[in-house]
Amino acid sequence: MSGAPVTLFVSQDAGAIARGADRVAAEIARQAAGAVRLVRTGSRGMYWLEPVVEVETSAGRIAYGPVKPEQIGELLKSGMLRGADHAAKLGKLADHPWLASQQRLTSARLGIVDPASLDDYLAHGGYAGLEAALAMSPSDIVRVVTESGLRGRGGAAFPTGIKWQTVLDQPAGPKYIACNADEGDSGTFADRMLMEGDPFSLIEGMTIAGLAVGASRGYVYLRVEYPHAARALAKALTVARERGYLGDDLRGSGRSFDIAVRLGAGAYICGEETSMLESLEGRRGEVRVRPPLPAIKGLFGRPTVVNNVVTLASVPVILARGAEFYRDFGMGKSRGTLPLQLAGNVRQGGLVERAFGLTVRELVHDYGGGSASGRPVKAVQIGGPLGAYLPAAEFDTPLDYEALSGKDALLGHGGVVVFDDQADMARMARHALSFCAIESCGKCTPCRLGSTRGVEIVDRLIATRNGGGGSPPRSADLALLDELCETMFHGSLCGLGGLTPYPVRSVLRHFRDEFERV
Amino acid sequence: MYAKDYHDLGTPAASGASVTLEIDGATVTVPAGTSIMRAAALADRDVPKLCATDTLKQFGSCRVCLVEIEGRRGFPASCTTEVAPGMKVRTRSEALAKLRRGVLELYVSEHPMGSCPASSRCELESLAEQHGIAASRYAGPDTARHEHTHAPIDASNPYFRFDNDLCIVCSRCVRACEETQGTFALTIEGRGLESRVAASQGEPFLESECVSCGACVEACPTGALLEKSVLTAGLPQRAVATTCAYCGVGCSLI
Repeated sequence: MSGAPVTLFVSQDAGAIARGADRVAAEIARQAAGAVRLVRTGSRGMYWLEPVVEVETSAGRIAYGPVKPEQIGELLKSGMLRGADHAAKLGKLADHPWLASQQRLTSARLGIVDPASLDDYLAHGGYAGLEAALAMSPSDIVRVVTESGLRGRGGAAFPTGIKWQTVLDQPAGPKYIACNADEGDSGTFADRMLMEGDPFSLIEGMTIAGLAVGASRGYVYLRVEYPHAARALAKALTVARERGYLGDDLRGSGRSFDIAVRLGAGAYICGEETSMLESLEGRRGEVRVRPPLPAIKGLFGRPTVVNNVVTLASVPVILARGAEFYRDFGMGKSRGTLPLQLAGNVRQGGLVERAFGLTVRELVHDYGGGSASGRPVKAVQIGGPLGAYLPAAEFDTPLDYEALSGKDALLGHGGVVVFDDQADMARMARHALSFCAIESCGKCTPCRLGSTRGVEIVDRLIATRNGGGGSPPRSADLALLDELCETMFHGSLCGLGGLTPYPVRSVLRHFRDEFERV
Repeated sequence: MYAKDYHDLGTPAASGASVTLEIDGATVTVPAGTSIMRAAALADRDVPKLCATDTLKQFGSCRVCLVEIEGRRGFPASCTTEVAPGMKVRTRSEALAKLRRGVLELYVSEHPMGSCPASSRCELESLAEQHGIAASRYAGPDTARHEHTHAPIDASNPYFRFDNDLCIVCSRCVRACEETQGTFALTIEGRGLESRVAASQGEPFLESECVSCGACVEACPTGALLEKSVLTAGLPQRAVATTCAYCGVGCSLI
């Protein structure tokens, strides 16, 4: 082997590492140190193919995967560095139908760029949004975001532009941008992928938000379970500061903005925005009463934009390409694209960014390829642990905020977890309640006590399935469970207790017979 | 625990411009910034409450003070919702009664009726009784209760004792310690069902930063924090206003 080193790309995304990417990278370094330049990227989100090795050739980036560390020698011998044929060769990933059919706006750079390289970011369209924003007035920036139709991607789907307008309208003085990176929903990983694979997009989005509302300080509230994201963000923040993309004089504009990262301590409730603010201020992560809205009285009592990672990372493309460009994706009141996260018992899990309107069936079967077990798919849970279970009979439902709420379901943060016909749905209802019991902050009674009482009721119902009797009678327990759901739904202080009835009731509605027998 | 005839308006007074609204059909005028709970109490339409008391800032945790407001979805808490001009509030309805019973039954699953040594003065037991709850359907032999402190009863303080079993985690003691006394000796530790009142870093009251001022005992709606004298001598038969002679400040006492 001689000549200029060949560039190889291996992901350092936590999901890829879990599948062996670090061992593959180490093996490449050991066996081909002089012949290759190894770039650690984010992941494209085709997790069933990870670890993927991509080789830069004259014909483009040729991928191989899934690659085992012990295959490296053989791959090198058979000409991988020239893009030669091999059983593991995938060809150009950009042409792979799974990726080619996606509409990647927010996740466009994932798996392609070096997350620590600002030059890579700039070469792939990065900071075009900020350049545009620096030439605009704050109210014009807010208007573009409003017109784009962007809604909060963390779950509540509140129109982002309206939230920003509220913060902009508050009297001058300290204001904050607080990024919610406490991605705690089961089966979700879009925030993590973005922070690990394209952290500058979040930094750019937050900077634009700061310019829009007159905030000069931003905080990323990052869950402690994301150490790779913490490292990637820290690196990118340093580079952005060194190159004048953060700090006291943004790109010579005289405007200032900087970002600090704060780590959570492992509480799901701190993903609820007011608990997150409490935690950011150094207090017990307990829900605040609203009003006042965080947009009026948020972090340290000041007007605060609270948005999640995907929302903020979607802003640069909107500013760079215009409100209309973004709004033209999607359907009804759900505009733009959503990075869906497909997980659970599914053959091809990963990140699917598409315009709103893709049906559950298309996602689970066309992208997911059905269950990993090969058994029939029975249900999906959409929107995290507090999302409803949707049975296979309803898989023609489009993934859009309004369509799902019409089915008493939620889109949430866009996580879709697949279950095959062996899933015990009564136990899934129990899981929802026990999750709430473990994660409840303990402030309000319906959530603090109701979740545990719910677990106890479901435990009794499960113990007496298949014709078993019990005391109290099963019919009384079923009625009590229903009443409990009502009390939690209407009585809880925040979405944790208030939404836990969604999965429970969806099981009662669609799989009630599983409470009777299995 | 307050004197029995004290009319607790639920939240502190506000001092804004006058706002007129309708509560259960009656016209009420109160200063802007007043909570619906206080406005209703001033109009003798008291809303049930457990975590609210007019000596402390509104907190919104007990969820028995929920009301209906025309044109608004759901059931907002009356303690944390401020009045607005022309607002039409309903404090009583079938749905509200059901919801309040639902919440109270959850409370009673942990704090059985009659368990308080000061039952007649226990705000929870009185409220549950008013709502026709004698027992909780949630309670059974396997019902989990919030975790005991190392010693369920902390009798270390010479003047009062804390019985975690009777605590409903309303945070009134924590807030009184913080807002009234400024001592910050109390906190809630743990989360979910394991949330419990702790003095300093989970120490016995006597060894903690507690200064034995009694604000927490006064604020407690149940018998969780109770004067030892009540346990030995029973509840007071009458109340008199007097002045504390301990130091030169001369705080008035009832």
